[in-house]
Amino acid sequence: MIKEALNTMSDLWSLMVGLRVTKKYFLDPQVTVRYPWKAVSNIDSYKGHLMLVGGKKDKGLAKCISCGMCAMACPSNCLTVVKRKAPKPTPEEEQALAEAKAKGEKPKDKTPKDPEKFLYDFTLCSLCGTCMENCPVGALDFTGSPYLAGYSREDFHFDLVQVLKNQAAIEGVDESAAPEAGQSEA
Amino acid sequence: MNAIPAELLRILIGLVAVAASVGLIGLVMVWVERKVAGHIQRRPGPFEVGPSGVLQPLCDALKLVGKQLFMPSGADPILFWLAPVLAFLPVLLLFLPLPVGDGLQALNINLGLLLILAFSGLAVLSVLLGGWASNNKYGLLGAARAVAQSVAYEIPLLLSVLAVAFVAGSLDLAEVVKGQGTWPWNWNVMTQPLAFLIYFVSALGETNRAPFDLPEAESELTAGFHTEYSGMGFGLFFLAEYANMVVVCSVATALFLGGWHGPVLPGPVWFVLKVSALMLLMVFARWTYPRVRFDQLLVINWKWLLPLAVANLLLTAFFVKLAQFA
Amino acid sequence: MTRYQNMEQLTGDFYTQNFAKTAREGSLILNLGPQHPSTHGVLRVIVELDGEYVMRAEPILGYLHRMHEKMAEVKTAAQFIPNMGRVDYGHAMGWNWAFVGAAEKAGGIEVPERAEYVRVITCELNRIASHLLWWGAYLLDLGAFTPIMYAFDDREKILDILQIPTGSRLTYSYFRIGGVAQDLDADCIRRIREFIPWFRSRLPMYKDLVSDNIILRKRIEEIGVIEQDVCRRYGATGPVARGSGINYDVRRAAPYSVYPKLDFEIPTSDLKCARGRYDVRMAEMEQCLRIVEQCLDMMPEGEVLVKGAPKPSWKVPKGEAYFAVEGARGKIGAYVVSDGGKNIYRTKLRAPGFCNLSLFAEVSRGTILADAVAILGSLDLIIPEIDR
Ligand code: SF4
Ligand code: SF4
Repeated sequence: MIKEALNTMSDLWSLMVGLRVTKKYFLDPQVTVRYPWKAVSNIDSYKGHLMLVGGKKDKGLAKCISCGMCAMACPSNCLTVVKRKAPKPTPEEEQALAEAKAKGEKPKDKTPKDPEKFLYDFTLCSLCGTCMENCPVGALDFTGSPYLAGYSREDFHFDLVQVLKNQAAIEGVDESAAPEAGQSEA
Repeated sequence: MNAIPAELLRILIGLVAVAASVGLIGLVMVWVERKVAGHIQRRPGPFEVGPSGVLQPLCDALKLVGKQLFMPSGADPILFWLAPVLAFLPVLLLFLPLPVGDGLQALNINLGLLLILAFSGLAVLSVLLGGWASNNKYGLLGAARAVAQSVAYEIPLLLSVLAVAFVAGSLDLAEVVKGQGTWPWNWNVMTQPLAFLIYFVSALGETNRAPFDLPEAESELTAGFHTEYSGMGFGLFFLAEYANMVVVCSVATALFLGGWHGPVLPGPVWFVLKVSALMLLMVFARWTYPRVRFDQLLVINWKWLLPLAVANLLLTAFFVKLAQFA
Repeated sequence: MTRYQNMEQLTGDFYTQNFAKTAREGSLILNLGPQHPSTHGVLRVIVELDGEYVMRAEPILGYLHRMHEKMAEVKTAAQFIPNMGRVDYGHAMGWNWAFVGAAEKAGGIEVPERAEYVRVITCELNRIASHLLWWGAYLLDLGAFTPIMYAFDDREKILDILQIPTGSRLTYSYFRIGGVAQDLDADCIRRIREFIPWFRSRLPMYKDLVSDNIILRKRIEEIGVIEQDVCRRYGATGPVARGSGINYDVRRAAPYSVYPKLDFEIPTSDLKCARGRYDVRMAEMEQCLRIVEQCLDMMPEGEVLVKGAPKPSWKVPKGEAYFAVEGARGKIGAYVVSDGGKNIYRTKLRAPGFCNLSLFAEVSRGTILADAVAILGSLDLIIPEIDR
């Protein structure tokens, strides 16, 4: 009987303990960040969408060699690498080419290696990083930007070559604003 | 023109004041509840609209008013729309006999307590109608729960209130308050702690507040009896809930906590302060505890509150009689 | 006597009609879900109610079926890894591990030792995050709104830590065939070390606020008693089985990776009720901390990805392999059959939640509706995992 009463008392006491905990946190400072006014600080290691890495000399020129490994490795088929067509040779070059051929030399491929277009469909991407890991020259990277937003599906179809060019143009001004400027028309 | 009796004029003014204050209290309470909940959960709560978000409830109210009123097919149109109105209107009456200050009372009748208890019983009808008429199984279950719960919790509520009325010898809230003194040890809660406890727990049950919010237990019944209500239909239920909270807390203040009595500050301020403290406790309880189960709810009532309340009443009656002889 | 003589009178879809055919006179058929606050996503449970009592309950699956197993047939092994993070968003690391482990077993690939430790650390941290998620959501089911916020506050710290090596916060695709994608850097390890004592200091608060609370105790004690033979019949694993006193944990029963070297306990409870499962999970969080602590001390230096790790085009050699790991919800298994072709011929994923859910119909019979919700929550269901 007494034991039961004691039990009841301790049960009721547990309710008080609960109130004490909530009271403590009521008075404690808040932990949420008022987002639009303040940015959260713990997102620097977030992956974000993909970008092409520029060369050392020319920041606007991708390191990519259009090998297509990334497109093949991607589980979601969100990458399309469009290679550059060989430029139409000028008459002098054509002559040189013919001469070289006559001499039996192998013609040197003058086609620039960087891709003409590097189409990236962010709506399909699962941010797995397989493409990056399989790039032989390390030409792909994550932007680390979590603030990508858009109004339509097309806003997430990028041509990364364009993105890189635009970014190089406004380098040092505002990096995160670059992707919006490079959306492809498709 | 001077045929209008003063008493009627007073009631009219009181009604208008009450209607205005109910709306205001509703808005303020929504804000307080959300703010307190936010801080308990370590987030800011509403903060965008107005300073610290005080205007947020107003925006929400406007949004609710602007929403389409929607009725499920197969619902009973008359009962369906009657229910929210029926939930809200009696609440206005409940405010009339509350003694906010000395002589500051909209309706001064000697059965004020009875009026409150009688009309607060109407609330269950509105919940029942709302749940029944909306042709929704969740609504029906919520309504069934609400009826069982309200009917059960009314009894200990009444008994605990009666104990105080015995001591005070009156059912007029103002009289009860006048019988208490300035300092906490002169309040009824000192002589009737058990009655206060019973009253408070039953009040939580009566107003369907957590941890006794079973009629609208959203993890089981989505939203219970008001599942199908949209716009102001829902808004009125919502407002009625907060208004009911204010009423039960005010009654508790008047009965147990010395009403408007208090040192230094004027009476109405003390009254409001005490009511706010009780409301804060209710809000805290809601955001701290899990919900009890339905059978446990009834067990608490029938096995604990009711016998305790009866014992308390008998004991009080005995001592009151003893005091009379002495 | 059946309630409806005429099939045309029946409303609802196929499942409801089928269910209603055997309903008793005067009972109420109620659809909980697929959109219902207590079913955590899109589980649908049809219940037959007599007043508040559940006469019969039947879970209906498939609202979140995403053909993960079928997708495995059109992707190479390495390309399938991102899918695994999506199967169970609660414990993505466990699923990563199960599939990667099966592929490694089939291909006979050795994993560097450091990678094994990294795997254990991330997997266990993820397990804590998963249990916290369950804890908060379960209390939400029981009507307490605040605990989930505190749980998420802590969980956020784990997500921050796991974000450093993985780059994601929820659907990790971190394990690779032959190791993991990235090493834990110094910053990450420092944060894990800071996290351990901090989280330990939080556990008493959980106990005060919730575990000891009389309302909660009354809600989950002696509710949803699952006998051991029921567990065995339905193949329940994880905390559900351990909450019934079955000491089965893949980490000990069929040890893999470096678990045999670690010193930790498998918490079990003989209560068999929802309380037992609750206690097991709460105790498991402490054990996870212990494991992580030991791993940090024992972790050797070295590579985290084996040299010559399989490329995306790597073909799983002909044969079959089964690999099971202990997930937050129970035994996660991946069975891989390869005919030596480009893609894996067939991948079968064993989801613990599926088996755990299947005993709900039996356990919930005769309970009150609120208890049925409490039982459902105590099984810790993640719907995408059940539907796959
Ligand atoms: S991150 Fe994964 S899904 Fe995205 S483009 Fe690269 S390989 Fe494809
Ligand atoms: S990004 Fe890398 S893998 Fe892709 S095409 Fe360019 S060089 Fe090849």
